[in-house]
Amino acid sequence: MSSPAHAAHHAPHSFIRKYVFSLDHKVIGIQYYLLGLFSVLIGMSLSLLMRFHMVNPNVSVAWLGKLWPTAAAGGVMTPELYLSLMTMHGTIMVFFVLTTVPQSGFGNFILPIQIGAEDMAFPVLNMMSFWTTFLALVVMVAAFFVQGGAPLAGWTAYPPLSGAGPLTGPGEGLGQTLWIVSIAIFCGASLMGAINFIATIVDLRCKGMSLMRMPLTCWTWLVTAILGLLGFAVLLAAGVLLILDRQAGTSFFLPAGMLINDHIIANHKGGSPLLWQHLFWFFGHPEVYIAILPGMGVASQLLSTFSRKPVFGYKAMVYAILSIGFLGFLVWGHHMFMSGMNPYSAMAFATLTMCIGVPSAIKTFNWIGTLWGGKIHFTTAMLFALGFVSLFVTGGVSGIFLGQPALDLYFHDTYFVVGHFHMIMGVAAIFGMFAGTFFWFPKMFGRMMNETLGKIHFYLTFIGVYCIFTPMHMVGIAGNPRRYADFTNVEYLAKLIPVHQFMTHAAYFTAAVQLIFLVNLAWSWRKGPKAPANPWNCTTLEWTVPSPPPHDNFNGVHPVVLHGAYEYSVPGAPRDFIMQTEPLPVPSGD
Amino acid sequence: MSASLTHDILHGPPPPIDTGWGGGDHGGAAGRGASRAASFTGLFVLLAASTMAFAAFTSAFVVRRGLSDMDDWVSVHYPPILFLNTAILLASSFVLDLSRRALKAGDRSKFNFCWSAATALGVLFLAGQAAAWYQLKQTGVFIATNPASSFFYVFTAAHAFHLIGGVAALVYVDVQALRLRLGPAKRTAIDVTAIFWHFLDGLWLFLMVLFYVWG
Repeated sequence: MSSPAHAAHHAPHSFIRKYVFSLDHKVIGIQYYLLGLFSVLIGMSLSLLMRFHMVNPNVSVAWLGKLWPTAAAGGVMTPELYLSLMTMHGTIMVFFVLTTVPQSGFGNFILPIQIGAEDMAFPVLNMMSFWTTFLALVVMVAAFFVQGGAPLAGWTAYPPLSGAGPLTGPGEGLGQTLWIVSIAIFCGASLMGAINFIATIVDLRCKGMSLMRMPLTCWTWLVTAILGLLGFAVLLAAGVLLILDRQAGTSFFLPAGMLINDHIIANHKGGSPLLWQHLFWFFGHPEVYIAILPGMGVASQLLSTFSRKPVFGYKAMVYAILSIGFLGFLVWGHHMFMSGMNPYSAMAFATLTMCIGVPSAIKTFNWIGTLWGGKIHFTTAMLFALGFVSLFVTGGVSGIFLGQPALDLYFHDTYFVVGHFHMIMGVAAIFGMFAGTFFWFPKMFGRMMNETLGKIHFYLTFIGVYCIFTPMHMVGIAGNPRRYADFTNVEYLAKLIPVHQFMTHAAYFTAAVQLIFLVNLAWSWRKGPKAPANPWNCTTLEWTVPSPPPHDNFNGVHPVVLHGAYEYSVPGAPRDFIMQTEPLPVPSGD
Repeated sequence: MSASLTHDILHGPPPPIDTGWGGGDHGGAAGRGASRAASFTGLFVLLAASTMAFAAFTSAFVVRRGLSDMDDWVSVHYPPILFLNTAILLASSFVLDLSRRALKAGDRSKFNFCWSAATALGVLFLAGQAAAWYQLKQTGVFIATNPASSFFYVFTAAHAFHLIGGVAALVYVDVQALRLRLGPAKRTAIDVTAIFWHFLDGLWLFLMVLFYVWG
């Protein structure tokens, strides 16, 4: 029997309805995943070009000159081109990878199945939100191909640089406009996604799936959706004001008395660049948690599954997720210690920032508690989850330094910050995605990934990313400024150049290692061994259905959940795991 | 389940829904309840997002106003037609609720009449806002003239953008009603539209206070 609820969209037959404009959350999830994969390859290529330029600023590369006849005339990159690569690397990675894959990709595919629903609450809205995201990516990438090229104001797009127009440099004409338009479109797409996620979790849970029985992945997707909802609405409003400053001559963010490249700017006055910073970081800080929270959910799920133990302190984990979400909206000022803010405000922001350390530490403690005494299965997925915890701790600890105004004044414009946010927001989140990929690939594509290739990929990547980003902290402490295209001829930094060369080679190495992953992905997709319904002996609902799941997820059967998500190694049970739909051997008292 | 507002709009009424699905800790509150609940959750989440966007504009307004010196921020002489527009919008909300009451009482023809009237008043409000913009333009006040006028245009445009969505929903329900296709599933669409419309009403009153008290 097919549930009439799912008659909203019968299994489609035409290629376009099935794979392109699909209403099926599973197809949309894979679409998001592929969009993120495409984006991460662009973002990574840009970072390699930057790392190359930093240590070879004067070496001529013929194909660079062909790609950018003006910005890399003679094959040598201009500082402006370097800045535009930096801007686009940050933007593409933050928005189209870190925001897109963990939430919209895995969340779309897995969430409805994990809560026992046949689809998301609003399938048409879901399809629209994917194609709107796609449009945003097209507009963003188009910025490379317009006159002046891509913008150079950074992913934070601080005015006046981002608001004053082409006078401020190449890329600040149409390129910057396209950047803002793309981000505005992306905000719209994220808002649609957030509405769908929240309504789905609140209203479409199956019988017995109380909030406190949900897998922690669902909790993190819920809180991430709330953060996206509140954050992207503010960024959208700020983006509208910024584009009006550029195109309509208003002065929301642009002050009087600007002198840009020997031109006096007379038509703006009274605006406040700091106003943009406040609005941007009110979104920007929660964005960090949008990137990392789903990874935390995946780590919790995997550490429990592969330790064959329940999550240690499930309720504490839920409250920690909620507090991180709440506190995440109160700390944006710690990105602005350098802006000349009142020291008392800085102190308040610093104190609140330290407060976030508490739920973060609770989570880390509970992850270790989950592992403690468990029968640990070192699958590739588990290794990446452990790697996530490692990177989260490493990146989190340097965050405590940066949360102190007195230290941040020194560190703020150095590589210390670059090392910090890449560890916690970049690499940790990406390890969460790798963990999710190896864990859910069998469910998504019906085939197993190759474990040997996976483990080689894990160890080499793990070593690689530490080799890239640990030295960044050191050169940062030594005073190496960030965002500079070239510092080979700066005397006080001369001794650091070998460290930069090491980081650049580590980046080449790590990027090359990712080919192993791509080969594994492609090979397993076509040729991997067929996956059983529950290859990991996991308890949650997505493992009760075939791999890949049928169109309506449960073949018309309505699942009924009897207990929480992490019943492993229950005394008296015949196996070391009890599915959420199976009764416990003894009354749980739940 | 998927019998949502978006689904209704695109595919017509969903088939009847069996029991036993949806509801989570409501203990499986069945079928239609789940879809109606999801539509309302979606609506309130959307309202939260809109509120955040207007909160961002408002805080920008407050900060920008506070930073301005005497010759920067020049208060705009808002066109008096704004008060007429306010009255029209309030009237539309009032008539909309008369219409919902009529439907509850089973008076379909009164429902149709009142709903159409509310829709017409909504369109009239938009026309009135356009007239207000035109009058401002005639007096030489443009978006870049000074920060007060910039914010006036931004706020009214953002509000009108929401209102266009509201009018589209009103027209949708109206068309369904006039074609006698107002099944029970459409009740959700009616309620969602009405709540959204009242929200825009309240938002406009807030903006009027902002313009006249701080602007």
